[in-house]
Amino acid sequence: MSATIAALPPAQRTALLRAYEAAVAAKRRRFMLGAAVLFLLVLVAGHTAEVDARKFFANIGNFTNYIARLFVLDNGASVLTDPAEWFWGLDKWLKLMGETVLIAYVGTMLGALGAFSLCFAASRNLTRSGAIVWTARRFLEFTRTVPEIVFALIFVVSFGLGPVPGVLAIAIHTMGALGKLFAEVVENIDMKPVEGVAASGGDWFAQVRFAALPQVLSNFASYGLLRFEINVRGAAVMGFVGAGGIGQTLVESIRKFYYSDVSALLILIIATVMIIDAATEVLRRRLIGAENRP
Amino acid sequence: MTTNGNAADLFGDLDAVRRRHHADHFAPRPLDRMRVLAIVGALAGVLVYGLVELEFSFAKIFGGLGRLGSIVGLMLPPDPETWAKAMVYGKALAETLAIALLGTLLAAVIAFPLSFFAARNVNASRVLHFFTRRGLDTIRGVDTLIWALIWINVVGLGPFAGVLAIMSADIGAFGKLFSEAMEAADRKPVEGVTAAGGSTAEAVRFGIVPQVLPVIASQILYYFESNTRSATIIGIVGAGGIGLHLSEQIRTLEWQHVSFLILMILVAVAIIDRISSRLRFAIIGPRAI
Repeated sequence: MSATIAALPPAQRTALLRAYEAAVAAKRRRFMLGAAVLFLLVLVAGHTAEVDARKFFANIGNFTNYIARLFVLDNGASVLTDPAEWFWGLDKWLKLMGETVLIAYVGTMLGALGAFSLCFAASRNLTRSGAIVWTARRFLEFTRTVPEIVFALIFVVSFGLGPVPGVLAIAIHTMGALGKLFAEVVENIDMKPVEGVAASGGDWFAQVRFAALPQVLSNFASYGLLRFEINVRGAAVMGFVGAGGIGQTLVESIRKFYYSDVSALLILIIATVMIIDAATEVLRRRLIGAENRP
Repeated sequence: MTTNGNAADLFGDLDAVRRRHHADHFAPRPLDRMRVLAIVGALAGVLVYGLVELEFSFAKIFGGLGRLGSIVGLMLPPDPETWAKAMVYGKALAETLAIALLGTLLAAVIAFPLSFFAARNVNASRVLHFFTRRGLDTIRGVDTLIWALIWINVVGLGPFAGVLAIMSADIGAFGKLFSEAMEAADRKPVEGVTAAGGSTAEAVRFGIVPQVLPVIASQILYYFESNTRSATIIGIVGAGGIGLHLSEQIRTLEWQHVSFLILMILVAVAIIDRISSRLRFAIIGPRAI
Protein backbone atom coordinates (compact mmCIF):
# COMPACT_ATOMS: atom_id res chain seq x y z
CA MET A 1 0.00 0.00 0.00
CA SER A 2 1.43 3.28 -0.91
CA ALA A 3 0.30 6.71 0.18
CA THR A 4 0.80 9.80 -1.88
CA ILE A 5 1.59 13.08 -0.26
CA ALA A 6 -0.24 15.92 -1.89
CA ALA A 7 2.18 18.61 -3.04
CA LEU A 8 1.41 22.19 -2.24
CA PRO A 9 0.28 24.40 -5.11
CA PRO A 10 3.38 25.97 -6.71
CA ALA A 11 2.48 29.55 -5.72
CA GLN A 12 2.22 28.63 -2.06
CA ARG A 13 5.34 26.49 -2.21
CA THR A 14 7.56 29.18 -3.70
CA ALA A 15 6.31 31.65 -1.11
CA LEU A 16 7.13 29.23 1.70
CA LEU A 17 10.54 28.40 0.27
CA ARG A 18 11.37 32.07 -0.15
CA ALA A 19 10.37 32.82 3.46
CA TYR A 20 12.49 29.89 4.65
CA GLU A 21 15.50 31.05 2.67
CA ALA A 22 15.06 34.60 3.93
CA ALA A 23 14.97 33.34 7.54
CA VAL A 24 18.10 31.21 7.06
CA ALA A 25 19.90 34.08 5.35
CA ALA A 26 19.02 36.45 8.18
CA LYS A 27 20.33 33.98 10.73
CA ARG A 28 23.51 33.51 8.72
CA ARG A 29 23.99 37.28 8.39
CA ARG A 30 23.64 37.70 12.15
CA PHE A 31 26.17 34.95 12.73
CA MET A 32 28.64 36.47 10.23
CA LEU A 33 28.26 39.87 11.86
CA GLY A 34 28.97 38.36 15.29
CA ALA A 35 31.97 36.48 13.94
CA ALA A 36 33.33 39.64 12.31
CA VAL A 37 32.98 41.64 15.54
CA LEU A 38 34.67 38.86 17.48
CA PHE A 39 37.48 38.66 14.92
CA LEU A 40 38.09 42.42 15.19
CA LEU A 41 38.11 42.19 18.98
CA VAL A 42 40.62 39.35 18.83
CA LEU A 43 42.91 41.37 16.54
CA VAL A 44 42.79 44.38 18.86
CA ALA A 45 43.26 42.18 21.93
CA GLY A 46 46.15 40.33 20.31
CA HIS A 47 47.88 43.60 19.61
CA THR A 48 47.24 44.90 23.14
CA ALA A 49 48.41 41.73 24.87
CA GLU A 50 51.61 41.64 22.78
CA VAL A 51 50.78 38.20 21.42
CA ASP A 52 53.69 37.10 19.31
CA ALA A 53 53.18 33.79 17.56
CA ARG A 54 56.80 33.71 16.37
CA LYS A 55 58.12 34.14 19.89
CA PHE A 56 55.69 31.50 21.06
CA PHE A 57 56.75 28.90 18.50
CA ALA A 58 60.42 29.78 18.90
CA ASN A 59 60.15 29.22 22.64
CA ILE A 60 57.60 26.42 22.83
CA GLY A 61 60.56 24.06 23.09
CA ASN A 62 61.42 25.82 26.35
CA PHE A 63 58.04 24.83 27.71
CA THR A 64 58.42 21.14 26.96
CA ASN A 65 62.02 21.28 28.14
CA TYR A 66 60.92 23.01 31.30
CA ILE A 67 58.23 20.42 32.01
CA ALA A 68 60.68 17.61 31.30
CA ARG A 69 63.34 19.29 33.44
CA LEU A 70 60.91 19.33 36.37
CA PHE A 71 61.23 15.57 36.58
CA VAL A 72 65.01 15.44 36.72
CA LEU A 73 66.99 15.55 39.95
CA ASP A 74 69.98 17.85 40.48
CA ASN A 75 72.38 14.99 39.75
CA GLY A 76 70.83 14.53 36.30
CA ALA A 77 68.94 11.33 37.01
CA SER A 78 65.19 10.93 36.59
CA VAL A 79 63.17 11.61 39.73
CA LEU A 80 61.76 8.10 39.62
CA THR A 81 65.21 6.63 40.37
CA ASP A 82 65.24 8.19 43.81
CA PRO A 83 61.80 9.11 45.20
CA ALA A 84 63.29 9.79 48.63
CA GLU A 85 65.55 12.46 47.14
CA TRP A 86 62.66 13.83 45.05
CA PHE A 87 60.37 14.28 48.06
CA TRP A 88 63.24 15.15 50.43
CA GLY A 89 61.23 17.81 52.23
CA LEU A 90 58.04 15.77 52.58
CA ASP A 91 57.64 16.28 56.35
CA LYS A 92 58.04 20.03 56.07
CA TRP A 93 55.85 20.19 52.94
CA LEU A 94 53.07 18.09 54.44
CA LYS A 95 53.02 20.44 57.42
CA LEU A 96 52.75 23.43 55.06
CA MET A 97 50.04 21.66 53.06
CA GLY A 98 48.16 21.04 56.31
CA GLU A 99 48.46 24.73 57.12
CA THR A 100 47.14 25.54 53.64
CA VAL A 101 44.07 23.34 54.10
CA LEU A 102 43.54 24.83 57.55
CA ILE A 103 43.70 28.36 56.10
CA ALA A 104 41.07 27.34 53.55
CA TYR A 105 38.89 25.74 56.24
CA VAL A 106 39.01 28.65 58.69
CA GLY A 107 38.55 31.16 55.86
CA THR A 108 35.57 29.22 54.50
CA MET A 109 33.94 28.91 57.94
CA LEU A 110 34.39 32.58 58.83
CA GLY A 111 33.22 33.63 55.36
CA ALA A 112 30.21 31.30 55.52
CA LEU A 113 29.25 32.71 58.92
CA GLY A 114 29.46 36.23 57.50
CA ALA A 115 27.47 35.23 54.43
CA PHE A 116 24.89 33.49 56.62
CA SER A 117 24.34 36.56 58.77
CA LEU A 118 23.95 38.80 55.71
CA CYS A 119 22.04 36.61 53.24
CA PHE A 120 18.61 37.02 54.85
CA ALA A 121 19.02 40.79 54.81
CA ALA A 122 19.94 40.58 51.10
CA SER A 123 16.80 38.58 50.16
CA ARG A 124 13.87 40.52 48.82
CA ASN A 125 11.25 38.07 50.05
CA LEU A 126 12.28 38.24 53.72
CA THR A 127 13.41 41.85 54.03
CA ARG A 128 10.82 44.51 53.29
CA SER A 129 13.16 47.46 53.35
CA GLY A 130 14.59 48.09 49.91
CA ALA A 131 17.42 50.15 51.39
CA ILE A 132 18.69 47.28 53.55
CA VAL A 133 18.53 44.81 50.64
CA TRP A 134 20.37 47.26 48.37
CA THR A 135 23.10 47.97 50.91
CA ALA A 136 23.63 44.30 51.77
CA ARG A 137 23.80 43.35 48.08
CA ARG A 138 26.25 46.10 47.12
CA PHE A 139 28.48 45.19 50.06
CA LEU A 140 28.49 41.50 49.06
CA GLU A 141 29.16 42.49 45.45
CA PHE A 142 32.16 44.58 46.48
CA THR A 143 33.73 41.80 48.56
CA ARG A 144 33.08 39.33 45.77
CA THR A 145 34.54 41.39 42.94
CA VAL A 146 37.85 42.37 44.55
CA PRO A 147 40.06 39.29 44.08
CA GLU A 148 41.12 37.61 47.30
CA ILE A 149 44.80 38.04 46.50
CA VAL A 150 44.30 41.83 46.40
CA PHE A 151 42.71 41.68 49.85
CA ALA A 152 45.67 39.53 50.91
CA LEU A 153 48.17 42.11 49.63
CA ILE A 154 46.45 44.86 51.63
CA PHE A 155 45.99 42.69 54.72
CA VAL A 156 49.64 41.67 54.70
CA VAL A 157 50.48 45.35 55.12
CA SER A 158 48.05 45.82 58.00
CA PHE A 159 48.17 42.44 59.79
CA GLY A 160 51.76 41.47 59.05
CA LEU A 161 53.12 38.45 57.16
CA GLY A 162 51.77 35.00 57.98
CA PRO A 163 48.55 32.99 57.68
CA VAL A 164 46.29 35.55 59.41
CA PRO A 165 45.96 37.89 56.38
CA GLY A 166 45.47 34.86 54.13
CA VAL A 167 42.59 33.57 56.25
CA LEU A 168 40.97 37.01 56.40
CA ALA A 169 41.34 37.56 52.65
CA ILE A 170 39.72 34.20 51.89
CA ALA A 171 37.01 34.84 54.47
CA ILE A 172 36.05 38.23 53.01
CA HIS A 173 35.97 36.98 49.43
CA THR A 174 34.04 33.85 50.47
CA MET A 175 31.52 36.00 52.31
CA GLY A 176 30.75 37.84 49.07
CA ALA A 177 30.59 34.75 46.88
CA LEU A 178 28.54 32.64 49.30
CA GLY A 179 26.35 35.55 50.36
CA LYS A 180 25.10 35.93 46.80
CA LEU A 181 24.42 32.19 46.40
CA PHE A 182 22.79 31.94 49.84
CA ALA A 183 20.53 34.93 49.09
CA GLU A 184 19.47 33.31 45.80
CA VAL A 185 18.56 30.11 47.66
CA VAL A 186 16.57 32.09 50.23
CA GLU A 187 14.69 33.94 47.49
CA ASN A 188 13.58 30.63 45.99
CA ILE A 189 12.04 29.16 49.15
CA ASP A 190 8.40 28.27 49.56
CA MET A 191 6.85 31.27 51.32
CA LYS A 192 3.94 29.38 52.89
CA PRO A 193 5.83 28.31 56.05
CA VAL A 194 6.99 31.93 56.48
CA GLU A 195 3.41 33.12 56.24
CA GLY A 196 2.40 30.42 58.69
CA VAL A 197 4.91 31.54 61.30
CA ALA A 198 4.02 35.19 60.70
CA ALA A 199 0.31 34.36 61.05
CA SER A 200 0.86 32.65 64.39
CA GLY A 201 2.65 35.75 65.67
CA GLY A 202 6.30 34.94 65.04
CA ASP A 203 8.65 37.90 64.69
CA TRP A 204 11.25 38.24 61.91
CA PHE A 205 13.80 36.04 63.68
CA ALA A 206 11.23 33.32 64.33
CA GLN A 207 10.25 33.43 60.64
CA VAL A 208 13.85 33.01 59.55
CA ARG A 209 14.63 30.35 62.14
CA PHE A 210 11.56 28.12 61.82
CA ALA A 211 10.31 28.77 58.27
CA ALA A 212 13.26 29.74 56.08
CA LEU A 213 16.20 27.97 57.70
CA PRO A 214 14.93 24.36 57.48
CA GLN A 215 14.35 24.87 53.75
CA VAL A 216 17.77 26.26 52.92
CA LEU A 217 20.25 24.57 55.25
CA SER A 218 21.19 21.61 53.05
CA ASN A 219 21.72 23.89 50.05
CA PHE A 220 23.87 26.19 52.17
CA ALA A 221 26.00 23.26 53.29
CA SER A 222 26.41 22.08 49.70
CA TYR A 223 27.52 25.52 48.50
CA GLY A 224 29.84 25.82 51.51
CA LEU A 225 31.56 22.54 50.61
CA LEU A 226 31.96 23.67 46.99
CA ARG A 227 33.52 26.90 48.19
CA PHE A 228 35.89 25.05 50.52
CA GLU A 229 37.17 23.14 47.51
CA ILE A 230 37.78 26.40 45.63
CA ASN A 231 39.41 27.97 48.66
CA VAL A 232 41.95 25.16 49.01
CA ARG A 233 43.22 26.13 45.54
CA GLY A 234 43.15 29.78 46.57
CA ALA A 235 45.01 29.14 49.82
CA ALA A 236 47.76 27.32 47.91
CA VAL A 237 48.74 30.59 46.19
CA MET A 238 48.27 32.91 49.19
CA GLY A 239 51.94 32.38 49.98
CA PHE A 240 52.83 34.18 46.71
CA VAL A 241 52.15 37.46 48.51
CA GLY A 242 53.36 36.30 51.93
CA ALA A 243 49.99 35.28 53.34
CA GLY A 244 50.88 31.82 54.62
CA GLY A 245 50.60 28.26 53.36
CA ILE A 246 52.60 26.26 50.84
CA GLY A 247 52.64 29.00 48.16
CA GLN A 248 55.71 30.72 49.59
CA THR A 249 57.83 27.58 49.23
CA LEU A 250 56.44 26.92 45.76
CA VAL A 251 57.13 30.41 44.42
CA GLU A 252 60.65 30.30 45.85
CA SER A 253 61.45 26.98 44.21
CA ILE A 254 60.04 28.20 40.86
CA ARG A 255 62.04 31.44 40.99
CA LYS A 256 65.24 29.75 42.17
CA PHE A 257 64.91 26.92 39.59
CA TYR A 258 64.77 24.04 42.12
CA TYR A 259 63.18 21.95 39.38
CA SER A 260 62.45 18.68 41.12
CA ASP A 261 61.08 20.54 44.16
CA VAL A 262 58.60 22.32 41.90
CA SER A 263 57.23 19.07 40.52
CA ALA A 264 57.09 17.48 43.98
CA LEU A 265 55.21 20.46 45.42
CA LEU A 266 52.83 20.61 42.44
CA ILE A 267 52.09 16.90 42.77
CA LEU A 268 51.41 17.40 46.47
CA ILE A 269 49.04 20.30 45.80
CA ILE A 270 47.22 18.56 42.94
CA ALA A 271 46.83 15.35 44.98
CA THR A 272 45.44 17.27 47.95
CA VAL A 273 43.03 19.22 45.75
CA MET A 274 41.84 16.00 44.08
CA ILE A 275 41.31 14.21 47.42
CA ILE A 276 39.34 17.16 48.78
CA ASP A 277 37.35 17.38 45.52
CA ALA A 278 36.39 13.72 45.81
CA ALA A 279 35.56 13.96 49.52
CA THR A 280 33.36 17.04 49.15
CA GLU A 281 31.68 15.46 46.12
CA VAL A 282 30.69 12.44 48.22
CA LEU A 283 29.42 14.65 51.03
CA ARG A 284 27.45 16.83 48.60
CA ARG A 285 25.85 13.80 46.94
CA ARG A 286 24.73 12.62 50.36
CA LEU A 287 23.39 16.05 51.29
CA ILE A 288 21.43 16.37 48.06
CA GLY A 289 20.25 12.78 48.40
CA ALA A 290 19.04 13.48 51.93
CA GLU A 291 17.15 16.50 50.66
CA ASN A 292 15.39 14.65 47.86
CA ARG A 293 14.38 11.72 50.04
CA PRO A 294 10.56 11.57 50.24
CA MET B 1 -7.87 39.18 72.38
CA THR B 2 -11.21 37.64 71.57
CA THR B 3 -9.84 34.21 70.84
CA ASN B 4 -8.83 33.48 74.43
CA GLY B 5 -11.77 31.19 75.05
CA ASN B 6 -11.21 29.26 71.85
CA ALA B 7 -7.49 28.91 72.51
CA ALA B 8 -8.24 27.46 75.96
CA ASP B 9 -10.55 24.93 74.33
CA LEU B 10 -7.88 24.04 71.80
CA PHE B 11 -5.17 23.51 74.35
CA GLY B 12 -7.56 21.72 76.68
CA ASP B 13 -8.01 19.23 73.89
CA LEU B 14 -4.31 18.93 73.14
CA ASP B 15 -4.11 15.38 74.48
CA ALA B 16 -6.92 14.33 72.20
CA VAL B 17 -5.10 15.90 69.24
CA ARG B 18 -1.96 14.00 70.19
CA ARG B 19 -3.91 10.75 70.42
CA ARG B 20 -5.44 11.28 67.00
CA HIS B 21 -2.03 11.65 65.36
CA HIS B 22 0.93 9.36 65.43
CA ALA B 23 2.73 9.75 68.72
CA ASP B 24 6.16 9.77 67.11
CA HIS B 25 5.37 12.93 65.16
CA PHE B 26 5.66 14.78 68.45
CA ALA B 27 8.28 12.67 70.20
CA PRO B 28 11.67 14.32 70.51
CA ARG B 29 14.37 12.48 68.62
CA PRO B 30 17.45 12.44 70.83
CA LEU B 31 19.55 10.62 68.25
CA ASP B 32 18.97 13.22 65.53
CA ARG B 33 19.59 16.03 67.96
CA MET B 34 22.83 14.42 69.12
CA ARG B 35 24.01 13.96 65.55
CA VAL B 36 23.41 17.61 64.79
CA LEU B 37 25.22 18.63 67.97
CA ALA B 38 28.14 16.34 67.12
CA ILE B 39 28.49 17.77 63.60
CA VAL B 40 28.27 21.37 64.79
CA GLY B 41 30.68 20.61 67.62
CA ALA B 42 33.21 19.01 65.26
CA LEU B 43 33.01 21.93 62.79
CA ALA B 44 33.41 24.48 65.58
CA GLY B 45 36.21 22.44 67.19
CA VAL B 46 38.29 22.38 64.00
CA LEU B 47 37.60 26.10 63.56
CA VAL B 48 38.92 26.90 67.04
CA TYR B 49 41.91 24.59 66.54
CA GLY B 50 42.63 26.36 63.24
CA LEU B 51 42.41 29.81 64.78
CA VAL B 52 44.88 28.79 67.50
CA GLU B 53 47.21 26.93 65.13
CA LEU B 54 47.31 29.82 62.64
CA GLU B 55 48.27 32.19 65.46
CA PHE B 56 45.17 34.31 65.62
CA SER B 57 45.15 36.59 68.64
CA PHE B 58 42.99 39.48 69.78
CA ALA B 59 46.01 41.76 69.90
CA LYS B 60 46.88 40.91 66.29
CA ILE B 61 43.33 41.30 65.02
CA PHE B 62 42.62 44.59 66.76
CA GLY B 63 46.02 46.04 65.96
CA GLY B 64 45.54 44.99 62.33
CA LEU B 65 42.01 46.37 62.16
CA GLY B 66 43.30 49.69 63.48
CA ARG B 67 45.97 49.84 60.80
CA LEU B 68 43.45 48.70 58.18
CA GLY B 69 41.16 51.53 59.23
CA SER B 70 43.86 54.12 58.78
CA ILE B 71 44.78 52.60 55.39
CA VAL B 72 41.16 52.89 54.26
CA GLY B 73 41.23 56.49 55.47
CA LEU B 74 44.33 57.15 53.39
CA MET B 75 42.66 55.55 50.33
CA LEU B 76 39.99 58.23 50.15
CA PRO B 77 39.42 59.86 47.81
CA PRO B 78 40.70 57.63 44.96
CA ASP B 79 43.15 59.73 42.99
CA PRO B 80 45.77 58.86 40.36
CA GLU B 81 47.37 62.32 40.86
CA THR B 82 48.28 62.97 37.21
CA TRP B 83 46.57 62.38 33.88
CA ALA B 84 49.61 60.54 32.60
CA LYS B 85 49.32 58.03 35.44
CA ALA B 86 45.62 57.57 34.75
CA MET B 87 46.40 56.90 31.09
CA VAL B 88 48.98 54.28 32.07
CA TYR B 89 46.41 52.57 34.29
CA GLY B 90 43.82 52.74 31.53
CA LYS B 91 46.18 51.03 29.14
CA ALA B 92 46.92 48.35 31.74
CA LEU B 93 43.19 47.78 32.16
CA ALA B 94 42.77 47.35 28.40
CA GLU B 95 45.64 44.87 28.50
CA THR B 96 43.83 42.98 31.28
CA LEU B 97 40.65 42.71 29.23
CA ALA B 98 42.65 41.59 26.18
CA ILE B 99 44.35 38.89 28.27
CA ALA B 100 40.99 37.63 29.53
CA LEU B 101 39.43 37.58 26.04
CA LEU B 102 42.30 35.83 24.29
CA GLY B 103 42.93 33.39 27.14
CA THR B 104 39.28 32.34 27.24
CA LEU B 105 38.97 31.97 23.46
CA LEU B 106 42.19 30.00 23.06
CA ALA B 107 41.20 27.71 25.91
CA ALA B 108 37.80 27.12 24.31
CA VAL B 109 39.34 26.39 20.89
CA ILE B 110 41.74 23.84 22.41
CA ALA B 111 39.29 22.31 24.88
CA PHE B 112 36.48 21.77 22.34
CA PRO B 113 38.13 18.90 20.43
CA LEU B 114 39.51 17.45 23.68
CA SER B 115 36.05 17.35 25.23
CA PHE B 116 34.89 14.83 22.62
CA PHE B 117 37.41 12.40 24.05
CA ALA B 118 36.23 13.11 27.59
CA ALA B 119 32.52 12.60 26.84
CA ARG B 120 31.39 9.06 27.52
CA ASN B 121 28.60 9.07 24.95
CA VAL B 122 30.96 10.16 22.15
CA ASN B 123 34.15 8.33 23.00
CA ALA B 124 33.53 4.62 23.41
CA SER B 125 37.07 3.86 24.58
CA ARG B 126 37.07 3.61 28.38
CA VAL B 127 40.85 3.96 28.61
CA LEU B 128 41.05 7.09 26.45
CA HIS B 129 38.11 8.58 28.34
CA PHE B 130 39.80 7.92 31.68
CA PHE B 131 43.13 9.43 30.69
CA THR B 132 41.59 12.51 29.07
CA ARG B 133 39.52 13.17 32.18
CA ARG B 134 42.47 12.73 34.56
CA GLY B 135 44.66 14.89 32.33
CA LEU B 136 42.07 17.67 32.39
CA ASP B 137 41.79 17.30 36.19
CA THR B 138 45.55 17.71 36.53
CA ILE B 139 45.58 20.86 34.39
CA ARG B 140 42.68 22.22 36.41
CA GLY B 141 44.45 21.47 39.69
CA VAL B 142 47.20 23.99 38.92
CA ASP B 143 46.17 27.55 39.74
CA THR B 144 46.29 30.36 37.14
CA LEU B 145 49.03 32.13 39.11
CA ILE B 146 51.23 29.02 39.07
CA TRP B 147 50.65 28.63 35.32
CA ALA B 148 51.66 32.28 34.94
CA LEU B 149 54.95 31.64 36.73
CA ILE B 150 55.66 28.64 34.50
CA TRP B 151 54.82 30.49 31.25
CA ILE B 152 56.97 33.45 32.27
CA ASN B 153 59.90 31.05 32.10
CA VAL B 154 58.96 30.25 28.51
CA VAL B 155 57.86 33.52 26.84
CA GLY B 156 59.27 36.02 29.32
CA LEU B 157 57.55 38.65 31.45
CA GLY B 158 54.54 40.42 29.94
CA PRO B 159 50.90 40.01 29.00
CA PHE B 160 51.50 37.12 26.58
CA ALA B 161 52.47 34.92 29.55
CA GLY B 162 49.18 35.98 31.14
CA VAL B 163 47.20 34.92 28.06
CA LEU B 164 48.87 31.51 28.11
CA ALA B 165 48.31 31.15 31.87
CA ILE B 166 44.56 31.86 31.62
CA MET B 167 44.40 29.54 28.62
CA SER B 168 46.12 26.68 30.45
CA ALA B 169 44.00 26.93 33.58
CA ASP B 170 40.80 27.10 31.55
CA ILE B 171 41.51 24.19 29.22
CA GLY B 172 40.93 21.88 32.17
CA ALA B 173 37.75 23.60 33.26
CA PHE B 174 36.32 23.88 29.74
CA GLY B 175 37.18 20.28 28.88
CA LYS B 176 35.24 19.11 31.91
CA LEU B 177 32.24 21.42 31.37
CA PHE B 178 31.98 20.81 27.61
CA SER B 179 32.14 17.04 27.98
CA GLU B 180 29.52 17.16 30.72
CA ALA B 181 27.29 19.18 28.40
CA MET B 182 27.77 16.52 25.71
CA GLU B 183 26.94 13.73 28.14
CA ALA B 184 23.76 15.55 29.11
CA ALA B 185 22.68 15.87 25.45
CA ASP B 186 19.48 14.17 24.33
CA ARG B 187 20.17 10.80 22.67
CA LYS B 188 17.23 10.92 20.28
CA PRO B 189 18.79 13.18 17.58
CA VAL B 190 21.84 10.88 17.57
CA GLU B 191 19.63 7.84 17.11
CA GLY B 192 17.76 9.67 14.38
CA VAL B 193 20.93 10.41 12.41
CA THR B 194 22.17 6.84 12.87
CA ALA B 195 18.80 5.42 11.78
CA ALA B 196 18.91 7.55 8.64
CA GLY B 197 22.25 5.94 7.77
CA GLY B 198 24.66 8.53 9.17
CA SER B 199 28.12 7.58 10.34
CA THR B 200 29.34 8.12 13.91
CA ALA B 201 31.02 11.36 12.91
CA GLU B 202 27.79 12.58 11.32
CA ALA B 203 25.83 11.53 14.40
CA VAL B 204 28.13 13.66 16.55
CA ARG B 205 28.14 16.57 14.11
CA PHE B 206 24.37 16.74 13.50
CA GLY B 207 23.05 14.98 16.61
CA ILE B 208 25.16 16.31 19.48
CA VAL B 209 26.96 19.49 18.41
CA PRO B 210 23.83 21.56 17.66
CA GLN B 211 22.50 20.68 21.10
CA VAL B 212 25.63 21.67 23.03
CA LEU B 213 26.75 24.77 21.12
CA PRO B 214 24.45 27.22 22.94
CA VAL B 215 25.43 25.74 26.32
CA ILE B 216 29.11 25.97 25.40
CA ALA B 217 28.76 29.56 24.18
CA SER B 218 27.14 30.59 27.42
CA GLN B 219 29.82 28.83 29.47
CA ILE B 220 32.54 30.62 27.50
CA LEU B 221 30.89 33.96 28.25
CA TYR B 222 30.59 33.05 31.91
CA TYR B 223 34.27 32.17 32.07
CA PHE B 224 35.16 35.37 30.26
CA GLU B 225 33.49 37.21 33.13
CA SER B 226 35.39 35.29 35.76
CA ASN B 227 38.66 35.54 33.81
CA THR B 228 38.41 39.32 33.81
CA ARG B 229 38.77 38.98 37.56
CA SER B 230 41.68 36.50 37.31
CA ALA B 231 43.42 38.66 34.71
CA THR B 232 43.47 41.56 37.15
CA ILE B 233 45.73 39.62 39.50
CA ILE B 234 48.19 37.72 37.33
CA GLY B 235 50.20 40.94 36.99
CA ILE B 236 51.21 40.36 40.61
CA VAL B 237 53.68 37.73 39.42
CA GLY B 238 54.64 39.78 36.33
CA ALA B 239 52.32 38.40 33.67
CA GLY B 240 50.88 41.70 32.45
CA GLY B 241 47.74 43.64 33.12
CA ILE B 242 46.65 45.94 35.87
CA GLY B 243 47.81 43.65 38.69
CA LEU B 244 51.41 44.75 38.22
CA HIS B 245 50.50 48.36 39.02
CA LEU B 246 48.21 47.27 41.83
CA SER B 247 50.87 45.28 43.66
CA GLU B 248 53.48 47.99 43.04
CA GLN B 249 51.27 50.73 44.47
CA ILE B 250 50.41 48.56 47.50
CA ARG B 251 54.10 47.83 48.16
CA THR B 252 55.00 51.52 47.91
CA LEU B 253 51.98 52.39 50.10
CA GLU B 254 50.43 54.78 47.55
CA TRP B 255 46.94 54.17 48.88
CA GLN B 256 45.05 56.71 46.76
CA HIS B 257 46.44 55.04 43.63
CA VAL B 258 45.44 51.65 45.03
CA SER B 259 41.84 52.69 45.58
CA PHE B 260 41.73 54.26 42.12
CA LEU B 261 42.94 50.99 40.58
CA ILE B 262 40.43 48.94 42.59
CA LEU B 263 37.67 51.30 41.48
CA MET B 264 38.72 50.85 37.84
CA ILE B 265 38.63 47.08 38.24
CA LEU B 266 35.19 47.17 39.86
CA VAL B 267 33.75 49.33 37.08
CA ALA B 268 35.31 47.23 34.32
CA VAL B 269 34.10 43.97 35.86
CA ALA B 270 30.59 45.39 36.32
CA ILE B 271 30.44 46.47 32.65
CA ILE B 272 31.73 43.11 31.40
CA ASP B 273 29.24 41.30 33.64
CA ARG B 274 26.39 43.38 32.26
CA ILE B 275 27.35 42.78 28.61
CA SER B 276 28.02 39.10 29.09
CA SER B 277 24.81 38.37 30.97
CA ARG B 278 22.89 40.19 28.18
CA LEU B 279 24.56 37.98 25.58
CA ARG B 280 24.04 34.82 27.63
CA PHE B 281 20.38 35.71 28.00
CA ALA B 282 20.14 36.18 24.23
CA ILE B 283 21.79 32.81 23.60
CA ILE B 284 20.07 30.49 26.06
CA GLY B 285 17.21 32.53 27.49
CA PRO B 286 16.52 32.97 31.20
CA ARG B 287 17.78 29.47 32.06
CA ALA B 288 20.75 29.76 34.39
CA ILE B 289 23.85 27.64 33.98
